[in-house]
Amino acid sequence: MSFFEVRDLALAFGGVKALDGVSFTVEAGEVFAIIGPNGAGKTTVLNVVTRVFAADAGCVLLDGVDLTNLPRQQVAQSGVARTFQNIELFEGATVLDNLLLGRHRFEHGGFASQMFNSRAARAHEDRSRARVETLIGFLDLAPYRNQRVAGLPYGVRKVVELGRALATEPRLLLLDEPASGLNPEETRELAFWIDDIRHELGVTVVMIEHDMSLVSEVADRVLAMNLGRPLASGTPAAVQAHADVIAAYLGA
Amino acid sequence: MDAQLVQLLQLAINGISVGAIYALVALGLTLTYKATEVLNFAHGDLLMLASFIGWGLITGLAWPFWLALPATIALVAVATFLLERGVMRRIAGQPQFAGVMLTIGLAFMIRGAVSMGFGPESRKFETPFSGHTTHFGPLVIADLNLAIIGAVLVVTVALFIFLARTSLGVAIQAVSQDQLAAYLSGIRVKRVNSLVWGLAGALAALAGMLLAPITLVDISLWFVLLKSLAALVLGGFGSAPGAIVGGLLIGLIESFAGVYAPGSIKDVVAYIVLIVVLVVWPRGLLGEAHGKRV
Amino acid sequence: MRFAYDTSYRDSRRLLRWRTERAAYAVLVLLLLVAPFVLPVFYLGELTYLFIFALASLGLMVLTGYTGQVSLGHAAFIAIGAYAEALLLARGWPLPASLATASLLAGAAGVAIGLPAIRVSGLYLAMVTLAFAILVEHTLGHWSSLTGGFTGMAVPDAKLFGISLATPTGFYFLCLALLAAVLLALINLMRAHLGRAFVGVRDSEAAAWGLGIHVPRVKVQAFALSAAITGLAGALLAHQTKYLTPDGFGLMLSMQLVLAVVIGGLGSLRGAILGALLIGLLPSFISHLKPLLPDRIAKQFGLEIFVYGAVLVGFVLFEPMGLAGRWQKLRAFFESFPLYRRDTFRRAKTYMRSERHR
Repeated sequence: MSFFEVRDLALAFGGVKALDGVSFTVEAGEVFAIIGPNGAGKTTVLNVVTRVFAADAGCVLLDGVDLTNLPRQQVAQSGVARTFQNIELFEGATVLDNLLLGRHRFEHGGFASQMFNSRAARAHEDRSRARVETLIGFLDLAPYRNQRVAGLPYGVRKVVELGRALATEPRLLLLDEPASGLNPEETRELAFWIDDIRHELGVTVVMIEHDMSLVSEVADRVLAMNLGRPLASGTPAAVQAHADVIAAYLGA
Repeated sequence: MDAQLVQLLQLAINGISVGAIYALVALGLTLTYKATEVLNFAHGDLLMLASFIGWGLITGLAWPFWLALPATIALVAVATFLLERGVMRRIAGQPQFAGVMLTIGLAFMIRGAVSMGFGPESRKFETPFSGHTTHFGPLVIADLNLAIIGAVLVVTVALFIFLARTSLGVAIQAVSQDQLAAYLSGIRVKRVNSLVWGLAGALAALAGMLLAPITLVDISLWFVLLKSLAALVLGGFGSAPGAIVGGLLIGLIESFAGVYAPGSIKDVVAYIVLIVVLVVWPRGLLGEAHGKRV
Repeated sequence: MRFAYDTSYRDSRRLLRWRTERAAYAVLVLLLLVAPFVLPVFYLGELTYLFIFALASLGLMVLTGYTGQVSLGHAAFIAIGAYAEALLLARGWPLPASLATASLLAGAAGVAIGLPAIRVSGLYLAMVTLAFAILVEHTLGHWSSLTGGFTGMAVPDAKLFGISLATPTGFYFLCLALLAAVLLALINLMRAHLGRAFVGVRDSEAAAWGLGIHVPRVKVQAFALSAAITGLAGALLAHQTKYLTPDGFGLMLSMQLVLAVVIGGLGSLRGAILGALLIGLLPSFISHLKPLLPDRIAKQFGLEIFVYGAVLVGFVLFEPMGLAGRWQKLRAFFESFPLYRRDTFRRAKTYMRSERHR
């Protein structure tokens, strides 16, 4: 049994079939890429997995646990974290606060203990801060630690969002176009980070990507989608050479 | 005719004529909301300002009603145009809340200025319709109410024809749907926005001139805004036909609540409707659904 | 120039880090403690009213500034707190119990209005809260058997441990103590998990869900907390005014609170206090100004509301970060003097962005 499995997912918005029988499996510790033209339903897959939408049919299994009908706020607790295509950071807060919010799913004391700044609350804060500082070190965010997210450069904001997702200590990380808007240097750094995430943190990564060179370099296996249906799946080289994929997406 | 039926019809007519005012105000609000995504909380005060200007022209300068009406409408329309051009434009791109706050501030300024300039007493002005009634069989309708219903009908039809058939009207629709696309199509978006606001100001002025003969020229005229918000919500936010339907329905509900509902519910039934609709069916009758794509 | 040199995580969480800060606040506390013994009674009453208004402002700030839920009808919670306090005291309840219960009742009302209200957002929420406030004012006026209707009801005197609170000094210290306590509690809360969750809900609901935050529950919690704090202010206001009538809790009071919070600076507790001070002092300021103005303009009602509007418009257009933002900028100037860059807080040009699909 694979670590993460999506089986026959189907979702329709009115008459539009966003997902039409999507299935794939991901092994533990793997980097799995999903590619395809715009409107293929790639982000919809992530949205269904993270319960933004409820699937019409099919199921989602993480390590044997059925996530298909999980309440939306329990997704993080089950070990799934995601980033967003258009950055969804907390603009009014600092980088540190954004990362600390990633720790929300862990034990942090009640209302009263927070209001009175009890010893327990202080201990929780110290613990959260320590974990977040490791991430700041890992992602080189130290210079931006206390700055408001709103004024930061685009590349840094992408990294902050990645950090926030990692702060939840996920087992499965879903990245939605992590390299979009990044220059080649930042993309190379991203590739190294994804590698480190997989090897050092032991996190399984599923990423939606348009940058084929990044996909070739980082991904173990690839799924190509079009119009809500899977087209081809396999190693990056095999998928990129597949006739249907070239016709629908890559171009000859 | 059966006395019960007569009473029902009478109530209905009264409700529709009040509702027509609500509809007119709601229509103006919808126009500005669709074009610039600002809910103009100063709309009621523009209405109130128009009524004072009208009073000033009719009673102070002894102008006849049929001259004062277009003059007032023109004055307020120009003032609203300049308002958009000078003030509202500056907050483009800021969150919706900024627009709400700005228009509330402007509302206060207008209210304060009128209060300082004209004093707190209520006034009255005469129209050709005041004091006259028409009889349709057993039904008695004040000429003023007939004039209101007639005017709102004409204006609504004219507005819809304008929006659908003239190039400026189509440009307004385009700007309301997608500003960037309209701009790229060569439409002068900023100018169109100011024009829409001017148009909304004209609608407010007309409503003010029609309402004042009934309820007196008074600062509290701005309250109509709140009832019109209920109308907007009931009819469906962002929908011009919805504004009309909502306005008429609120007028009818109030009219019947005055007679058939206990206590003084009539005063607040519009707000109860607003809360209930927003909680149970936020889309309203003819409105659009909302949702963010992530 | 001033650098924050932290050697532990606790350092960065210290409330008063700098010696100058500590000295300044010590002086402020001293002045506040000494005030009742030097100020004439009238000014003491004014100051007490400012404390109460600041408390209500803190309540609204939690909801609007931190959680992003607009409320144009918060006077309703002040009213509920005030009337509850009067009714409980009339039944012989001791003061601490009546204050706490009035606050809790207002909090319960906050949950009652919050549960349906959170299904809508932004403009709709503004309208729902506005409508709710109008309904509450109407109910207070017409439920004569309970509230004395439009003629109002008197508030019995309260004794705290035998000391009568009818004295201005006693009441002053009570209000000051409660304001300080609530302020400290909120400071602690806002830098802990729930406070951050509030901000998360405000800035991006989608991301908040993804991090395990139950967005509707957090919104209701914000409503409850906000209503409870504002209700407490209302209960104190009952003692201040000693006679309650429904028109004292109308739209204008709600608007004053919103003005205080917006002008003070959304998302800042300091802003809530500063905004409350400005809005609370404005009427006095205007009445001092009146003798200097020509007679026609000095007509009471119009000038006050005009100035409110002008101040609000001024801040929205020129200082959207509010008084707290101005404070921040001044502080940044002094901290980085002489290396302060003029465009440090310059806003990037923004373009019209449709919020229709929020």
